[in-house]
Amino acid sequence: MNAYDKVRIARSSGRPTGLVYINSIFSSFIELHGDRRAKDDGAIVAGIAELDGMPVTVIAIEKGRTAAERTMRNFGSASPEGYRKALRLMMEAEKFNRPVITFVDTSGAFCGIEAEERGEGEAIARNLMEMMDLDVPIISILIGEGGSGGALGLAVADRVWMLENAVYSVISPEGCASILFKDSKKAPEAAECLKLTADDALSFSLIERIIPEEGLGTEEFFSALGSAIAEEIRQIRKDADFKEKRYKRFRAF
Amino acid sequence: MISFRMKPENELEKEGRDNIPSPEDEIVCPNCHRTLKKNDILPFMTCSCGHHFRLKARARIGLFFNGFSELFEDEKTRDILSFPGYGDKLEKARKASGENESVITGIASIDGRKVAVFVMESLFMMGSMGHVTGEKITKLFEYALANRLPVIGFTASGGARMQEGLISLMQMAKVSGAVKRHSNAGLLYIAVLTDPTTGGVTASFAMEADIILSEPGALIGFAGKRVIEQTTKKELPKGFQKAEFLLKCGFIDKIVHRKDLEYTLRQLLILHGIEKEGKENIG
Repeated sequence: MNAYDKVRIARSSGRPTGLVYINSIFSSFIELHGDRRAKDDGAIVAGIAELDGMPVTVIAIEKGRTAAERTMRNFGSASPEGYRKALRLMMEAEKFNRPVITFVDTSGAFCGIEAEERGEGEAIARNLMEMMDLDVPIISILIGEGGSGGALGLAVADRVWMLENAVYSVISPEGCASILFKDSKKAPEAAECLKLTADDALSFSLIERIIPEEGLGTEEFFSALGSAIAEEIRQIRKDADFKEKRYKRFRAF
Repeated sequence: MISFRMKPENELEKEGRDNIPSPEDEIVCPNCHRTLKKNDILPFMTCSCGHHFRLKARARIGLFFNGFSELFEDEKTRDILSFPGYGDKLEKARKASGENESVITGIASIDGRKVAVFVMESLFMMGSMGHVTGEKITKLFEYALANRLPVIGFTASGGARMQEGLISLMQMAKVSGAVKRHSNAGLLYIAVLTDPTTGGVTASFAMEADIILSEPGALIGFAGKRVIEQTTKKELPKGFQKAEFLLKCGFIDKIVHRKDLEYTLRQLLILHGIEKEGKENIG
C-alpha cells in the first residue's frame, strides 16, 4: 500500500468519526458547548466523561457522517471558536486536574473570510502555547486526516498516537503537488515525498505509537483503545516531570 | 554572558545601509505608481505615500538596533526527508539572501537597552519555517529567559516549509513552548509583523507576543487568499488580510511607520522597566 492509498483510506467516509470514538470509549459523556466569546463551533465536540473510573476531558474534531451533519460540522474544519472552545475546556481540565484526550481528524483549519476576521492564526497559536504548558496529561490520537496547523492546534501532547491508516502532513498532497509539480493530479507522488504515513511519523519519532486497525469500529477495538489510553494516563501521572518531558519532546524536533 | 560593545558609528553605517537592497536608479511604487529615485525612499525604504518596501533582515537590524551580535549562526539546515529539489532550493536561497537560513538571531540594543532579537529574511525561501528557523528562534527565547532579556522579533514568512514535512510543522509547537516559558517568567516579547506574515508563523509566534506591532500595509493572515476564494467561492473584501484589517479585527496592537518604529520600541522598553545597560535595575 503506498502513501496515497493511505490518504484515500484516511479520508474515506466509512471510518469512525470523532464522536464515535467518544461515545464508544467513554461513559457518561456530557457535551459542553461554546467558546464563551462568540459561538459554538460544530466542528469540535468536547466535554467531560469517565474512563476507567477517571473523570477526563475529551475533545474531538467531528467531520459528520450524513450530508446534513457534514454541513453542521463544516466537514471537520474548525473555526477559531472551535479552538477557543477546546482551550476553554482544557483550562477547566487543568483546574479540576482532569487529563485531556483529543481525537484529531481534519483536512485543516477552516479557510474562510470569517475565520480570518476572528483570528484563526491567533486561536491556533494560543492553543499551542497553552497546551505546551498545561499541567495535566494530554494524549492526542490522529484517527484520520491530520491536516497541518489545524491538526496541531489539538495535538500538542505528552503522547501522540496515530491509527495505522491515518496521515499527518504539513500540506495536503494535492497542494504540495500543485506547488512542486505544477499539477495537483500528481498528488500520489507528492504524498510519497511528504512522508505523511504513521510509519513515517514513527520512524522520525514524531509519534509514540501506531494503533492497528484490525477490527476498526468494533466494540473490541474501542475497548482495547480505551484501556490503552487509561493505562498511558496512569503512566504519565506517575511521572512528576511529565510537563518538562512534553517540552523536551517537542524541543527535540 | 556575551560581551557587549557598541560598534563604532561607521561600522554601524556599513552594517545597516549597505544591506538595503539598492533599487535600480528608478523604482515604481506599487501603491501610488509614481516613479521614485533611490534617494526618495531612503533611509527607511518607504514611499511618501506610505508604502513600505520589503527590507532585507540585516538592513532592518541596521536601521533599528545598535551593536548587533549574532547568535546561533552555525546551525546547519539538513534535508531530513530527502525531498526532491530541496538541496538546490536551499543553495539558491542562500545565494539570493546571503544568509544560511530564514532567520537571523542575536543580541543588540535600542537606546542602550539590551534586547534579544530575531529577524526573518523573506529572501530566503520567503521566510519559510524550517527546522533550523525554529531551532534558532527557540534558542533565542531560551537564551533570553536565562539572561532575563526582552525579545523583539520581526516576522516575515510564507509559513511552514513543505520540503521539511511534519518536522517543519512541529517547529510551531517547539517555538510556542519556548515563548510560553519566557512569558511565564514575566519577560516582555514584542513582535513586529512585516510583509508577509502568514500560515504557520501567524498560527504560532507572530500571534503570541505581549505586544504585536505591524508595518503599514503588511499582508498578515492564516490561510492564503487563493485558498479562501476557492473554499468559500466569495469575493474577498477590500484590504482583506492587510495590517489595517487586522487592527480593525482586534488582532494587532498598533501599526507603526518605519520612521517611528525605533522610538515606539524604545518607549515600550522604558514602560516595561528595561534599564540601560550598566544601570542597576530598580524595576
